[in-house]
Amino acid sequence: MSALAKPPLAGKRILVAKPGLDGHDAGAKVIALALRDAGAEVIYTGLRKSPEFIVRVALDEDVAAVGLSILSGSHQVLAGEVLDGLRAAGAGDIPVFVGGSIPPQDRAALLSAGVKGVFTNDTPLERMIDELARALA
Amino acid sequence: MSARQKPEAIAGRVATPSGIEVPVVVTHDMAGAPDPALPGAYPFTRGIFADGYRGRPWTIRQYSGFGSAEESNQRYRFLLEQGQTGLSVALDLPTQCGYDPDHPMARPEVGKVGVSLFSLSEMETLFEGIDLGAISTSFTINGTAAIIYAMYLAAADKQGVPREKLTGTIQNDILKEYVARGTWIFPVRPSLRLIADSVLYSNEVTPRFNAISIAGAHVRDAGCTAVEEMAYTLANGLAYVDELIRRGGDVAKFARRLSFFFYVHMDLFEEACKFRAGRRLWARLLRERYGVTDEKALHFRFGVVCGGSSLIAAQPYNNIVRVAIENLAAVLGGAQSIFTCAYDEAFQIPTEFSAEIALRTQQIVQHESGVAATVDPLGGSYYVEWLTERMESGMREVMRDIDAYGGVVKAIEDGWLQRRIAVRAKEKKDATDRGERVVVGQNRYRRAAQADSYGEVFRLDPQIAARVREKHAGVKRRRDAARAAKALDALGAAAATDSENLMPLLVECCHAYATVGEMVERLKRCWGEFQEPVRL
Repeated sequence: MSALAKPPLAGKRILVAKPGLDGHDAGAKVIALALRDAGAEVIYTGLRKSPEFIVRVALDEDVAAVGLSILSGSHQVLAGEVLDGLRAAGAGDIPVFVGGSIPPQDRAALLSAGVKGVFTNDTPLERMIDELARALA
Repeated sequence: MSARQKPEAIAGRVATPSGIEVPVVVTHDMAGAPDPALPGAYPFTRGIFADGYRGRPWTIRQYSGFGSAEESNQRYRFLLEQGQTGLSVALDLPTQCGYDPDHPMARPEVGKVGVSLFSLSEMETLFEGIDLGAISTSFTINGTAAIIYAMYLAAADKQGVPREKLTGTIQNDILKEYVARGTWIFPVRPSLRLIADSVLYSNEVTPRFNAISIAGAHVRDAGCTAVEEMAYTLANGLAYVDELIRRGGDVAKFARRLSFFFYVHMDLFEEACKFRAGRRLWARLLRERYGVTDEKALHFRFGVVCGGSSLIAAQPYNNIVRVAIENLAAVLGGAQSIFTCAYDEAFQIPTEFSAEIALRTQQIVQHESGVAATVDPLGGSYYVEWLTERMESGMREVMRDIDAYGGVVKAIEDGWLQRRIAVRAKEKKDATDRGERVVVGQNRYRRAAQADSYGEVFRLDPQIAARVREKHAGVKRRRDAARAAKALDALGAAAATDSENLMPLLVECCHAYATVGEMVERLKRCWGEFQEPVRL
């Protein structure tokens, strides 16, 4: 990227959240740092947040996207509750992305529930940023 | 292969993952003199036992547990029948974080990543038909470690097994939970008190039990290097030693029961040398700082896990090979107990098929490879002695940074250590994305139409959470309510004092079938909760 080029996520406010009890936050922090490097304003919730809390922060902070990091195997339920919460609040247009330990066979179900994209630890950060920039363009 | 090809090009890199630059060849004048001390003699570079694995082979200890106590009991019996020599209990997140299965935060996680042990009833079921006096059990438990230990004692009481016969380990290392694993509950200071309570109590009541296993595994998996893994862990270890001394413990006595736990990743020599360096550094630190001379108290005993984040989803069967190499590194480093991950472990609870391969891997290393025949077979190698020394001085340097900041407790409360690790994790990810760190099957040698499937998929019975909640309600209904209430009140009152040892009160709570959530609630009322420093 040249020094003059606008960072791909400049001006975007993005929420990185850890729903449920899973305490593995290395991935969430790496993502937060990468988003910040790409120009985004990042809000990181910290550990152990309920879906209700995450929805409330997303609304209060008027974010452009929500990223959920889940490594406990509870991704289907937790992502579903965040999506439902956003829809119920009339904010179903905020795209939700999921990352973490997501078995390949669970991807389709997450996407059809309304998740915009699924990233695992082998997704290159550049590709994730590109996808996000396209989705938020 | 062409004879002109440079060694760098073959190896792909010339530095260890910790960033130690590796010479093309290490010669005798670079290596420094190998430690002349025999295995079993201070500073124990070559091992804590004179006869290595010939006297006692390492314990094969596979981590498992899922769903309800009944299901896990079945898996344990299977593993014991297959020749496993110790049990390692995985607990579900609600039990780890101190929530009962009916709590709203617990709902989607009941029985997911481990077994639910909400009260003594479940501990009794978990070990039905398994003699607690005859096996050694390890619990990966931290925030609620004192409670689970109390519950184990109560279960032994119920089986009629004398407490002094019990062997095993509770992880009970809260400091690294604040840094990496995240199952903290209370603020740092009362958490340290609870740890001191359980360690001091255990020294008296269960003298063969390790009431703490100071763990580097999780900070390593969160992204830091092998040198940092050991340095952070030893720094935490010293913080526990200080706390135990403050509480009146005799370091020459309690240090005999301190144990450690680490990850082994893929760099064979760096991992083996990490253990050689850490083992002698710990002995030296105890001697330098506290004047400990008792040999057994200086022993650095450790368990390891092979796998974790070094397991790759792409071409998952390759993980069997990775785990075998890591297993070898652990043995060459002199581990006392080893857990080998199953090849599908990064993504799911292992199936019986994958769990058996992981177990057989250890048995092949133990019985077929010959590496356990002589103590510290790498000792005296120019490269190994050179690297051991480099790593030890690297560890001391990291520990000096922490001291300079104001100690590990302050570094954690401020989030300083957490930020250091996050930055490391990002560096590692960037190096992987750029292809500088080669991951076979993922960023190198990837086939165009690669199916990253790993065969059979483990599916938990979706009814488990509902069944656990039903049992939980049943236990609360059937128990002697007055006894439970009285035990919980006594616990709350003792927690409000500064130094009364809470262990006897927790054991009584368990006998009264008070639940983990109830006990934690009482303690929270008194101590509050940890406030996570969320800064990037």
